[in-house]
Amino acid sequence: MKIWFEIALVLIVVCGTAGELCVTRAMKVIGEVKEFTPGALIKVAIRAIQVPWMWLGVGLMAVAFFSLLGALSVENVSFVVPVTALSYAAGAFGGQVFLGERVSVGRWLGVFLVCIGVSLVFLGKN
Amino acid sequence: MTETQPTHHHQTLRFKTVVMILLVVIFSPIGNVLLKKGMTDVGALAFSTPADAAHSAVKIFTSPYIWLGIGSLIGFFVAYTLVLSWADYSFVQPAAAVAYAVTALLGHFVMHEPVTPMRWAGVFVICLGVFVVGRTPPRTTEHT
Repeated sequence: MKIWFEIALVLIVVCGTAGELCVTRAMKVIGEVKEFTPGALIKVAIRAIQVPWMWLGVGLMAVAFFSLLGALSVENVSFVVPVTALSYAAGAFGGQVFLGERVSVGRWLGVFLVCIGVSLVFLGKN
Repeated sequence: MTETQPTHHHQTLRFKTVVMILLVVIFSPIGNVLLKKGMTDVGALAFSTPADAAHSAVKIFTSPYIWLGIGSLIGFFVAYTLVLSWADYSFVQPAAAVAYAVTALLGHFVMHEPVTPMRWAGVFVICLGVFVVGRTPPRTTEHT
C-alpha cells in the first residue's frame, strides 16, 4: 500500500470530520434557526458566509472530497468507505472536545453501532 | 405558563430536529440514486481529447436526472446545515447514517441492485445505532 494512499485515508477522516465540525461551529455562531420562510433562510445563508468557520469548514470538506476521489481511483469502494466509518468516532470525539457537547455513554454506544453497521454495509458488497 | 415553556421548547426542538434529519435521509439517497440513474443513462464517457471531454460534459449536464440529483443534494445540504444550527454534531452525524439504509432500500427496490445479507445486516445495525443515539437529547450545549 502506497504511503500517499494511507495519507489520503487519514485526510478523508480528519479533514471530513474537522470540516463538518467547523460548519457546525459556524451554525452555532449564527444561532438556532427558528423561521423557515425563503426570506429567513436567505438571511441565514448570507450570515453563514460571513462566518470564517464556514469557509474553513467548506475548504476542509473539499480536501476530504478530493482525497476520497484519489483513494477511490486506486482502491475498491468496499475497502475505502468502511475506513471512513471511523469518521463517526472522530465526530463524537470532536463534538466533545471542540464543541463542548456532552457525549453520553448511550450516544457513544450508538456511534459505535453505526460504525460497525457502515462497515458491514460496505463489506457486504457483491 | 413559565414552568411548561422549557418542556414545550424541548418538544419543539426534538420535533424540528426529527423533521430536518428526515429531510437529510430522504434527499441524500434520492440525490445519489438520481446521479447514478443519470450517469447510467449517459453511458460510457471519453475524456482523451478536449473535444471528447466537452462532449462528455454536455451529455452529463443535459441529463434531467443529473440536475434533479444536484437539486436533491442541495436540499440535503440546506437541511443538514440548518439542523446543525441548534442540534449537536455528535447527534446529527450518526442519526443521518439512516441514509445508508435508505440508499440500500432504493438501490434494491428502485434500481434493482442485488443487496447481500451482510449488507442488510449492516443496515439493521446502523438503524439500531441511530435508535440508541436518538434516545439521547439532541442538544447538550447551552442555548446561545
